[in-house]
Amino acid sequence: MDYSQFLSMSHEISLVSLLIILLLADLVMGKKKSGFQACAIGLFAIHTVLGFTCFGESAGNAFADMYQSSDLHVLIKNILNIGTCIVLLMSYAWNEKENKEYVGEFYFLTLSTLLGMYFMISSGDFLFFYIGLELASIPMAALVAFDKKSKESAEAAAKYILTAAFSSGVMLFGISLIYGTCGSLYFDEVAYKFASATPLMVLAFVCFIAGLGFKISLVPFHFWTADTYQGAPTSITAYLSVISKGAAVFTCMAILFKAFPSSTEVWQTVLWIIIVLTIVVGNLFAMRQENIKRFFAYSSVSQAGYIMLGVIAGNEVGVSTTIFYILIYMFTNLAAFGVISIIERQAGKLNISDYNGLYSTNPKLAVMMMLALFSLGGIPPFAGMFSKFFIFVGLFKSGMIGLLFIALINTVVSLYYYLLIVKAMFIKENEKPIAKIESDKTTICAVVICTIAVIAIGFISPIYHYIESVSSALN
Amino acid sequence: MSNLLFLSLFVAVPLVMMVILFLLPSDNKKAIRYTMAGGAAVILALAGYLTVDFLGEYNPENPDQFLFTDSAEWYSGALNIHYSVGVDGVSVAMILLSAIVVITGVFASWSIEEKTKEYFLWFLMLSIGVFGFFISIDLFTMFLFYEVALIPMYLLIGLWGSGNKEYAAMKLTLMLMGGSAFLMLGIFGIYHYSAPQGQDLTFNIIEIAKNHSMDIEEQRLFFPLTFVGFGVLGAMFPFHTWSPDGHASAPTAVSMLHAGVLMKLGGYGCFRVAMTLMPDACKEQAWIFIVLTGISVVYGAFSACVQNDLKYINAYSSVSHCGLVLFALLMMNQEAMTGAVLQMLSHGLMTALFFALIGMIYGQTHTRDIRELGGLMQVMPYLCVCYVIAGLASLGLPGLSGFVAEMKIFVGSFKHADTFHRFFVIAGCTSIVITAVYILRVVGKILFGPLYKVDKIQDTYFYVSEHNGEVHHNKLRDAVWFEKVATIGLIVSIAAIGLCPGWISNMIAGSLKFVNELFK
Repeated sequence: MDYSQFLSMSHEISLVSLLIILLLADLVMGKKKSGFQACAIGLFAIHTVLGFTCFGESAGNAFADMYQSSDLHVLIKNILNIGTCIVLLMSYAWNEKENKEYVGEFYFLTLSTLLGMYFMISSGDFLFFYIGLELASIPMAALVAFDKKSKESAEAAAKYILTAAFSSGVMLFGISLIYGTCGSLYFDEVAYKFASATPLMVLAFVCFIAGLGFKISLVPFHFWTADTYQGAPTSITAYLSVISKGAAVFTCMAILFKAFPSSTEVWQTVLWIIIVLTIVVGNLFAMRQENIKRFFAYSSVSQAGYIMLGVIAGNEVGVSTTIFYILIYMFTNLAAFGVISIIERQAGKLNISDYNGLYSTNPKLAVMMMLALFSLGGIPPFAGMFSKFFIFVGLFKSGMIGLLFIALINTVVSLYYYLLIVKAMFIKENEKPIAKIESDKTTICAVVICTIAVIAIGFISPIYHYIESVSSALN
Repeated sequence: MSNLLFLSLFVAVPLVMMVILFLLPSDNKKAIRYTMAGGAAVILALAGYLTVDFLGEYNPENPDQFLFTDSAEWYSGALNIHYSVGVDGVSVAMILLSAIVVITGVFASWSIEEKTKEYFLWFLMLSIGVFGFFISIDLFTMFLFYEVALIPMYLLIGLWGSGNKEYAAMKLTLMLMGGSAFLMLGIFGIYHYSAPQGQDLTFNIIEIAKNHSMDIEEQRLFFPLTFVGFGVLGAMFPFHTWSPDGHASAPTAVSMLHAGVLMKLGGYGCFRVAMTLMPDACKEQAWIFIVLTGISVVYGAFSACVQNDLKYINAYSSVSHCGLVLFALLMMNQEAMTGAVLQMLSHGLMTALFFALIGMIYGQTHTRDIRELGGLMQVMPYLCVCYVIAGLASLGLPGLSGFVAEMKIFVGSFKHADTFHRFFVIAGCTSIVITAVYILRVVGKILFGPLYKVDKIQDTYFYVSEHNGEVHHNKLRDAVWFEKVATIGLIVSIAAIGLCPGWISNMIAGSLKFVNELFK
């Protein structure tokens, strides 16, 4: 056996060693966890930096192509690493205050899900993909239930794990049908067999996409989203809404391109319907929400629809713009969730009506939230406009003008509800606005990083150029 | 200095001002106001220098429509987005107009006390969008600046507006953004067919116009999308409904900037993007939009006659006048189009003046209802004389800018000899009479006649109003220095165009010569 192929898994190996170190440290340190968090974040930051500097050099396939890695895979893992770093920074103060005893578990679970996502992303085989997906889902349920004092958190976790289990079941059924019809689980071989799609194969595909649709929270597999987002601790909601979603979208795209390239009509039809439903339902429900976390849950449902526009385009521009969109969406949503978590922790307020008059007492938080909302709504010069515009260019290239038109009209609808929050913060008056908040340094640092990224990424074209240069790996 | 840097100054100066303002303490309102005035003066000087420079470079034998063009690559590869700048006679005229309205707008908002710093920050962002739009010749950058100019309106109206401001702000933003959704689709269409098969696609409007590679079938689809997209901002019937509510609720300087400059973005975009890049479909479909804009012109004027709120009157008058801009553009000959651009200038200046004056009157009386006002000429003669001048410019008195523009428009339009065009030109001409009706109605009602609800106590006039059973006395005064600066600046510009229109008209016509070729 050629052991050098393990080198292509440097991201995974590094993360596994990090996990073992954390586990041991957790054991040794006992109940006093002073400095544990700082060490963990520091180590993870080193892992992130290494990801950018040296993990990419040894990229290649391993284990008879079951594991695949290229510059593109390395890039998407690096993007997830940055996002996870920000989430960890955001949850630092919350952990210090509420979960001092359980920080070991928190880091172990979070990074385990990340490991699962790595495997999902790099899979070259349905079985390998499935294992990655489960590793990403099950610890996530524990994380959702991490707020031990809150009943809602437990309820959210129950809902999450039940739907996750169900959708895994459906997906597994789909995978078994794929195996039954194609006689293989490798993406390349499935692609070869799928060239003449029988109805059974289409059924297999639909079952499979249903399972992934759950992870991305596409309509009609989105029902868990609002409840889970609302009940989960805010930093976990942030993690779910960007990291988990980003990894799932990328995997979905990779599998569609690798395993089903010859049946584009099949999956484009299925996705067309799903995307229209996702964008419209997400938008309509977001308008009526009163809880800000539920609001962002539906906003993220509709954003997922927009990200999938790059996938359905199915061309080179589509691939690079999807990744660009994921990157920008990550910073934008994390900025918004950072502000939400600060306000939740310091003032205990989660209703949109509580945000009335926020600008008069906490101008900085309100402005950062506003920038994030503008970016989500696609208002220039913030990054969200660039990602939306580019993803639409890809979609136009593939000739789906009808879908593009629906998406464009829906951006106006989404702008309406994003402006509702801006209106609450800036225009509405409140007799008792949220008092002046002393935000903790780590969270505010995370939010500031995200805000700078939201303002700057659109103008720094080399980022997009790099994504474009590596994204040919999927075509 | 390279052309790129020079033209970018129009964006860079407001940006630097934003940074300075950001660093100034919020309670130092004096410093904020003087920074704004200084910065706006720099922009005006730049605009003046650009005009002089352009007139110097320009000569009738010039083979290029755009001068000072330059380009820097932004997104290479498949997207091929550049930051490209360049100006022709039309954009120079628009930049000059914007600079004048911006500086007078600063003086008109001198008395804003609430959240001064934030107000001016948004005001500057709006200016960045406006100037950026006029200097860009790359569709992506144009679209970017277009939206940058739109979004500050939401907070400017929502925070500093009056009346039903939350509703108006939301309505305006969503309608304009809805327009830009259409526009975006149009831009994608133009981009996708911007080069012959096999060549790199481009967003550069000069290259697209040169390639002219879009088939008539595609043009038929994307021309109306683009035209309507910009037409929403140009207050084209039936997409004009945001305009009266928006203008009525906006604070003074925002109304000025919005009606004076932002609505011009619509007309300019219709002309620069929709018509120049898709001339074949334009020739085919112009009749639809002539009907719609014809309705705007007449309907807007009639609506203005029956309004009682001063701002509503001017908002509907803007619908009528901006309709005339699009109407004249669609005539597709050099004379009418020159008139259209002159009308943009003239309307921009006189509407800005109108809104400034209404704001100044409203600031003292706290009502804009013409049924509640009367005889103000005795109380505030300076402001009222200015109002009369603005009114006369609006109804096209020779010697003021409105006359030059409308003359060119109707003479040019009348060159079309068929019944359809003749009918609409004659219908459009009636708006001149209707304009006189509503202008003179206001002038007669509120400026002349006996004093109404005004008390004179020891040489000081007070406006008496009753609110919830309580009687209020608001002190009335004539214009103060910053109000005088704002109004004089605008009146001088109106008179300058009216008295010697030759140079600016030639500058515009020279650039339109190239566009005119497309419609032959």
